[in-house]
Amino acid sequence: MIDLFEPFRSTTAWWTIAVGATTNVACALVGCYLVLRRMSLMGDALAHAVLPGLVLAFLFSGTLNIVPLFFGAVTVGLLATFLIQSLHQYGRVPADASMGVVFTSMFALGVVLIKRYLSGIHFDAACVYEGLLQFVALNTVDVAGLEVPRTLLTIGPVLLMNILVIALFWKELKISSFDANLASAMGFSATFMHYLLMVLVAVTTVASFEAVGSILVVAMLIVPAATAHLLCDRLGHMVILACLAGVLSAVGGYWIARVWNVNPAGSMTIAAGGLYGLAVLFSPRHGMISTISRNLQTSLRVTCEDILAMLYRVEETDTQHRLDTSSAVQALGGGFVSRWGISALVRRRHIVRTKQGLQLTDTGRLAAKSLVRSHRLWEAYLVQHLGLPLDHIHEPAHRVEHFIDEKLRHNLEEVVDDTGRDPHGRDIPNG
Amino acid sequence: MLATSITFKVMMGTTLLGATAGVVGSYAVLRRRALVSDMLAHAALPGICLAFLIVGARDIFALSIGALATGLVGLLLVTVLCRWTRTKEDAAIGIVLSTFFGAGVVLLSFAQRHHQGNQAGLDTYLFGEIAAMQSREVRLLLAVGTLVLLAVLALHKEFKVLAFDPEFAASQGWPIFLLDFGMMALLAVVTVVGLPICGVILMAALTILPSAAARFWTNRLGSLLLLAGLFGGVSAAVGTLLASPVPQQLLGFNPLAFGWHPSHLPPGPLIVLTTASLLVVSLFIAPQHGIAARLVGEFRLRARIFREHLLRSLYEMSEAELPALPAIAESALVDYRSWNRLLVDWQIRRAERRGLVELKDGTIRLTPDGLTTAADLTRTHRLWELFLVEYANIAEDHVDRDADDVEHLLPQPLIDDLQRRLAEEGRLPLQPRVDIPPPSMPESPHELEP
Amino acid sequence: MPPPALEIHDVTVAYHRKPVLWDIDLVVPEGKLVGIVGPNGAGKTTLIKAALGLVPLASGKVEIYGKSLKQQRSLIGYVPQRESVDWDFPVTALDVVLMGTYGQLGWFRRPGKIQREAARVGLEQVGMSQYAHRQIRQLSGGQQQRVFLARALAQDARIYFMDEPFAGVDAATESAIVTLMQSLRSTGKTVFVVHHDLQTVAEYFDYVILLNMRLIACGPTKVTFSTKNLQATYGGRLTILDEAAEAIRQRDPLR
Repeated sequence: MIDLFEPFRSTTAWWTIAVGATTNVACALVGCYLVLRRMSLMGDALAHAVLPGLVLAFLFSGTLNIVPLFFGAVTVGLLATFLIQSLHQYGRVPADASMGVVFTSMFALGVVLIKRYLSGIHFDAACVYEGLLQFVALNTVDVAGLEVPRTLLTIGPVLLMNILVIALFWKELKISSFDANLASAMGFSATFMHYLLMVLVAVTTVASFEAVGSILVVAMLIVPAATAHLLCDRLGHMVILACLAGVLSAVGGYWIARVWNVNPAGSMTIAAGGLYGLAVLFSPRHGMISTISRNLQTSLRVTCEDILAMLYRVEETDTQHRLDTSSAVQALGGGFVSRWGISALVRRRHIVRTKQGLQLTDTGRLAAKSLVRSHRLWEAYLVQHLGLPLDHIHEPAHRVEHFIDEKLRHNLEEVVDDTGRDPHGRDIPNG
Repeated sequence: MLATSITFKVMMGTTLLGATAGVVGSYAVLRRRALVSDMLAHAALPGICLAFLIVGARDIFALSIGALATGLVGLLLVTVLCRWTRTKEDAAIGIVLSTFFGAGVVLLSFAQRHHQGNQAGLDTYLFGEIAAMQSREVRLLLAVGTLVLLAVLALHKEFKVLAFDPEFAASQGWPIFLLDFGMMALLAVVTVVGLPICGVILMAALTILPSAAARFWTNRLGSLLLLAGLFGGVSAAVGTLLASPVPQQLLGFNPLAFGWHPSHLPPGPLIVLTTASLLVVSLFIAPQHGIAARLVGEFRLRARIFREHLLRSLYEMSEAELPALPAIAESALVDYRSWNRLLVDWQIRRAERRGLVELKDGTIRLTPDGLTTAADLTRTHRLWELFLVEYANIAEDHVDRDADDVEHLLPQPLIDDLQRRLAEEGRLPLQPRVDIPPPSMPESPHELEP
Repeated sequence: MPPPALEIHDVTVAYHRKPVLWDIDLVVPEGKLVGIVGPNGAGKTTLIKAALGLVPLASGKVEIYGKSLKQQRSLIGYVPQRESVDWDFPVTALDVVLMGTYGQLGWFRRPGKIQREAARVGLEQVGMSQYAHRQIRQLSGGQQQRVFLARALAQDARIYFMDEPFAGVDAATESAIVTLMQSLRSTGKTVFVVHHDLQTVAEYFDYVILLNMRLIACGPTKVTFSTKNLQATYGGRLTILDEAAEAIRQRDPLR
């Protein structure tokens, strides 16, 4: 019996998850704004551009103390932002190319600096890119009797700072994200907001390096935020959902990493991607599967209504005539949806199967009447208000009739000359 | 000399790569998809790992196929996400880039644990391993590079119209989606082939930097592509050379070394920095698009405008006494519009050199040539003024605002009418045009706005 | 009798599942200069795009000279709206006009002497010969519009679709363009023009299509461009159509 929860049964596990979750939430908070401002790739750019800053900070301070590293990252991050902006504005280089130019050049500079000045130090590329999440629980610090991973002491305050800044500038960030010009007109400097956000990104990125490395931090910035974006329509909800997605990615990722014995940062990314994929497919309003399901339901409804209407018209011409199932299906163009529709109608007791064929029940006839009423009202509307000739109105009415509800029927009645007959001379059934 | 021959081989490889990347990358940059190559480079990692796991060995061909496969899948995914969800293009690229890379990292750790995979594998992928380039790899580069360049050449006009005006291209019947995907696929192929050589980040640089630099030098697509290829190739060659032992051998010292052996430095970053320098240089000195050129142009324009104001002011100050040409005190001219004395001095001397004014004892007098020029300028200015004041409400419809001359801006009947009005007011300067009769020229000057 | 230049049968076009053009049905004979007129959001651009196959049709079909669009692409010239293009693109005016000849060339072939000559002639016809080698960003609005027009002329088509060719253009350019259109018509070509200035419709066009999400009228200007029809066109949206469109958008299966 496989114990699915086995990976979670240790303090190491929980501390590691804590670090992961804190990192992810800190990133998700900032990432929401990046996604909304269509600056997701700025996150990527900054994450790479800060490298020379880190190296220089290390060289100048002589230590791996986090404070000079932050300082170096923020300085270089601001520089990179400035260069990208200027290149775009004054050099007339397109925005995305400016980003590409600046961050790759700065990254290259960083690599040169590393190889030149840090070549003595063992430099494992892997840790830069994948992070060291698997080891965070080992490097602990004693805080009030608890063995807390040192990383948490870095990323924790950053998380708090992000929360504080976002709470403080909630309105300003919101407005400047949706309409920079409006923000400027209202007195908030959109440029200031931009640089503020970039500072947050730079700091969060550096703080997250240890956990997830510099490429996967991009995932943590963007993916949970994008997931939340698919699921809700309000900024507040989006931020909360993004944080939730971040936490879930941390938990899920850790689980994957332990079960398959693979890199945890990568696993968190996969988990985040998986959540995004689920949102893409199943988001109630916008998800693909939801849309397909809605479409099928509508198809079925349309087919059922077509069946009812067809039977009604048959009855109109000759009350004794009945259609049998196969002719009905054929008349509708065949296909399983028609058969499915007939079965659904039988179940709903709108039609019954008799020896001679399909017959409308009273409820069925009522439903059919509304539909035919919609159809003929629409035809009258097309003739009277759109001036369409008689031979051009049946097809359009046939398409539109299924979407005419009671309210619209009522409105139609008001604008259409009510002669009780449609343009072809047939009765319009009473509402 | 072994070092030199190896270096030469490596240089050939990187030059080819740089040239091809520069050409293909130009299209990506023009289509505002500069960072797609970054995405392709990152998305290649899972493909490389999968290929490695399947094949069991570091076969460059298999790994490249794997890389290409996942790269193209990533590309398709970005398109699908953009089209069918709310997610915007930048976020889609970022999502695919990072999640694919994450998957790759996971697969890599899996491979390392179970297959004694090369520990340096990730290092190579990230930074490239140019030095170990084999003849085989150079041949692969040559083949791929040639094919890609041939494709670009063959599809030049198709790509051109697609990139410039996709809607028009669609109306002509071109299969937009296929062509677009083809363009991106070419980019993918070049990126994938270059990955083991240059590494991830630097491959993206190779595709973006050359065309960004080349754009400053030309206004035509064909030249842009050629120049981008040239820049890419040359930077690659130079960068490789700088990282090789060759400069040390040739010059006796390495220009980059601050006392350390340069072969510690992988050529990749040096190539990027070389291209970046090229970009910076182009940014400043390129004629027409470069900053220096634009500043100079700006400066010249202002000087011209100032000169014209000066001449116009001279005319206005002389107008009352025409056709006699009075001597005007320089200080009066300076005070007329509260200008900077030095500027006035400078431009007046230039005007003298061009025979437009005469200078004597601190006074300025228009020459007959100067009078004609000044009259022209004043006439244009007054026509414009009158038009804007009187006819402002139809200015929108009648004015092609970017054109230079009033004569070309307004319909002739309107110009005739305006000239007649000015003449009636006595404000119409001397006529160079034959079709309008010379006006009588009495009249006090009107109020001029500064 | 020759087939009509353009025939639109019962065409409905939906944007994001919401119908924006309802059941358009019209016939236009060849050799006419046709103005397409209607208020903002009436679907004028959509109608042109539907005729060109640039937007999918929710229903109905379009025929050019009696055949489907796919078979007749070589007969069509297009002048899109100016905003749709990247003006920083490294092409000169001549390059842009040459693009008009690409349709005739087919895959892989380069424009040759014949195409260059056609492009040169096109530029001359719009009075832009001296700007042939200017980068397009350096051209003024009216000049850019003329370059687009020249491109369509280089397509050497029998039917032209022009979307707001007079937008942002000065009076002199406008009358030059109209003269050009009229000379096209005199050689038997048909020109469809989305036009926004009601004052000049009667002067410029001999045929008119009045549109407001549905077809109000289509026919010779003298009889069709009447007060009654104009009132119907500009008299406000049909709220019923709006309601029905919204209902469809919310519940229609994706086609």
